[in-house]
Amino acid sequence: MTPIDDPCEECEEMMQPFLDGSLSEAEVARAQKHLETCSWCAKRYRFEEQLRHYVRVAVSEPMSPELKAKLAALRTPL
Amino acid sequence: MSDSAPTTADTRRLARDARDRVRFEEEALELSDQVYRVARRFVGSREEAEDLVQQTYERAFRSWRQFTPGTNLRAWLLRILTNLNIDRGRRQQRAPQTTSIDSEAGDYFLYDKLASQMPDENPDEERVLERLSQDSIVDALADVPHDFRDVIVLVDIGEFSYADAAQILDIPMGTVMSRLHRGRRILKKNLADTAVA
Repeated sequence: MTPIDDPCEECEEMMQPFLDGSLSEAEVARAQKHLETCSWCAKRYRFEEQLRHYVRVAVSEPMSPELKAKLAALRTPL
Repeated sequence: MSDSAPTTADTRRLARDARDRVRFEEEALELSDQVYRVARRFVGSREEAEDLVQQTYERAFRSWRQFTPGTNLRAWLLRILTNLNIDRGRRQQRAPQTTSIDSEAGDYFLYDKLASQMPDENPDEERVLERLSQDSIVDALADVPHDFRDVIVLVDIGEFSYADAAQILDIPMGTVMSRLHRGRRILKKNLADTAVA
């Protein structure tokens, strides 16, 4: 990623790839260095991380037992 | 050899075949919760998702020999499901006017928008998150255009790798990454809109 003049703006740009683990080591180090001193960005990173978890939980709907039974019935009889 | 009685080797082969098949079916069924979880967010209703999952398993059990043991069975099942979903033509139409999202809002946008409606300056992330209801998240995801939503559902909900998502959707990995990036921003934009309404 190309460095941007405003460190918070650069940090914002790096947030998604940072949380995805797809930044280079040097970029991770740069983001971490900024996050250690900038609670403003750190809070927004934590928000994003929790949001991802919350979204996953919120939209996960369990399968009905009826469907589970239907799928089991598709098995080849022994 | 074809009209003679089965040899011991034939019998063994048949037994092995039956065993492989049973094992395949068991392993596929163990993944059904995860397959359903993705299917449910690919389509608009529970009924459609159930139909889709059932058809996926019917096809998977019919063509089980095409699966290469040792490869990712969950991704293989999702590939079948995705193809069936396309065949059924039940995908939503691409929603227009999503191209300006990136320039409109960065990744801090949702936090900033929600926090701006709260009395404290720079409130803690947990309190900001509480402003989003489960229903609003379900609706906001459903409103993401399907090209973007499919990638979010596979990677963020189904926890597939970029490579698996690329294979399932038959698109390049770079496209997975760019759609994921933009899709998440669209999702956050939708969430900000529902929270404000």
